Amino acid sequence: MSFDFEKPLEDLETRIRELTALKESKPEVQTNIDKLSLRLEEECKAIYSRLTAWQTVQVARHPERPSLRDYIAGLFTDFIELHGDRCFGDDQAIIGGFATFEKHRVLIIGHQKGKSVEENIRFNFGMARPEGYRKALRLLRLAEKFHLPVISFIDTSGAFPGLDAEERGQAEAIARNLRDMSRIATPIVVLVTGEGGSGGALGIGVGDKILMLSNSVYSVISPEGCASILWRDGAKAPEAAEALKITAPALLKLKIIDEIIPEPVGGAHRNMDGVMKAVRKSLLKHLAELKGLSIKKLLDRRYEKFAKIGRF
Amino acid sequence: MGWFSWGKKEKNQEAPAKEDLWTQCTACKAMLFKEEWHKKWKVCPVCGFHDKLAARERINLLVDPKSFYEFDARITISDPLKFTDDKGSYAEKAQQACDKTGLREAVVTGRGKLHGLRIVLAVMDFNFMGGSLGSGTGEKIFRATEFARKKRMPLIIASASGGARMHEGIVSLMQMAKTSAALARLHEAGIPFISLLTNPTTGGVSASYAMLGDLNIAEPGALVGFAGRRVIEQTIKQKLPDEFQTAEYVREHGFIDLVIPRKDLRDTLHKLIQYSMNTKVD
Ligand SMILES: [Zn+2]
Repeated sequence: MSFDFEKPLEDLETRIRELTALKESKPEVQTNIDKLSLRLEEECKAIYSRLTAWQTVQVARHPERPSLRDYIAGLFTDFIELHGDRCFGDDQAIIGGFATFEKHRVLIIGHQKGKSVEENIRFNFGMARPEGYRKALRLLRLAEKFHLPVISFIDTSGAFPGLDAEERGQAEAIARNLRDMSRIATPIVVLVTGEGGSGGALGIGVGDKILMLSNSVYSVISPEGCASILWRDGAKAPEAAEALKITAPALLKLKIIDEIIPEPVGGAHRNMDGVMKAVRKSLLKHLAELKGLSIKKLLDRRYEKFAKIGRF
Repeated sequence: MGWFSWGKKEKNQEAPAKEDLWTQCTACKAMLFKEEWHKKWKVCPVCGFHDKLAARERINLLVDPKSFYEFDARITISDPLKFTDDKGSYAEKAQQACDKTGLREAVVTGRGKLHGLRIVLAVMDFNFMGGSLGSGTGEKIFRATEFARKKRMPLIIASASGGARMHEGIVSLMQMAKTSAALARLHEAGIPFISLLTNPTTGGVSASYAMLGDLNIAEPGALVGFAGRRVIEQTIKQKLPDEFQTAEYVREHGFIDLVIPRKDLRDTLHKLIQYSMNTKVD
């Protein structure tokens, strides 16, 4: 799958593939392949350096973009998934468990999006129900008790808007997480990997560091939703995306996030290893810093971090 | 005039005097004698519909006369995104909201007395941009919560809101975390927090402070929920029951302690504060 703005890249990639297939019989095509590859990289750089907000949304939602399970496989060893909220069920839209990250034992939580229809049905497209948020909080309390730092991966279009979710207290579940995550006495690093969709994202998004991949977005409402309310026309989503300031650079400028993790040229979906390398480096740095703080200092800083957003 | 003279100006000022005396119930369409209706705090005597109260009206309803001291009255909207849509800028829209309501933000905060008991009170006003949670709103609630913690006074927040204020983007979203963090500390300090959910309390406000009360109290028939009815119907492709997301429905599902008619609200809150502060039995 590709986007309109990626058409030139798509064409180059096709030609490179075609030439590569000929390589066996015609070794001389290698020069051409090299030339085209160089051009592809330059085009990638050029296109991705001037993405509009709306194009960034599309990249952030790319079905082949690394999902939570890719990060688990690429960054951690010994992941032990822990199930259930001890109350109602086990939501697969938010999963979590113990894992080892280099020399750190950690707890990870995160939204799980699928890459196939079957997976998306099972994971509900990463849209969690109250039991997902409650499971996350239960695991956060375990992390606190066992002195494990937490890494929270955010990638959701929002909390699930369903009858059952409302009946089981979607609002209360998110609210409680916001309140209690502000006081969980262990380091929490939040990483927005794809879509940071409103309260559904924030519900596992309170922490000591908020990091974003360079083509991820984080927004109070989807551009489509905002456009249909304020512009009275969902098709105005590109305008709304621009106005809402949802890209990583815009959010860094607003001092909402702490760091942008650069994606490889052409976006995370083009180079999984490159993404893992960049994320690993950033997480190591932040974990080391946070583990060096006393719990009191950590929590005071976390409080201040949110208190100062929109201070008068 | 009495307490309602400092609320929102009536829209039909230029209408003939006869109509000025009357108003129509939004729910049952009964014609009501306006003065009577105001005396009943905008509750319809025919069907019991609780119409929205402006922040000042609700403050008058809840606190003892002349006991209210407002906090941070000068905090007004900020425009962190310099937001503009096709109908104009947020700055203009906000100015209109200020002019229309006589408020400077979607919440009025302060301290006062309720039957002689000291309380900290935050009251949202739906007339101000749908009671949306802007950074000024969040900051005022944050500060009121800090005040309650430091002075060890019970906190009451009366919500009336459609949720986050999208014109302030992520800064608005983060007010959910900010206010909830303040409530976490209030909770740890053992100070009571009573959340009063009035019509409507939805979206980002229900998913933050409004659902975090030690006690969650709602007015009859108030709309309380997270996602909008239309969004849910589109998602699950099924019609929702009429009583879905009413205060009574949410109570039945376990997220609201009490549904209290407006006429009893003040006395009920008084009793609840007495328990929550374990005051001496007279
Ligand atoms: Zn009526």
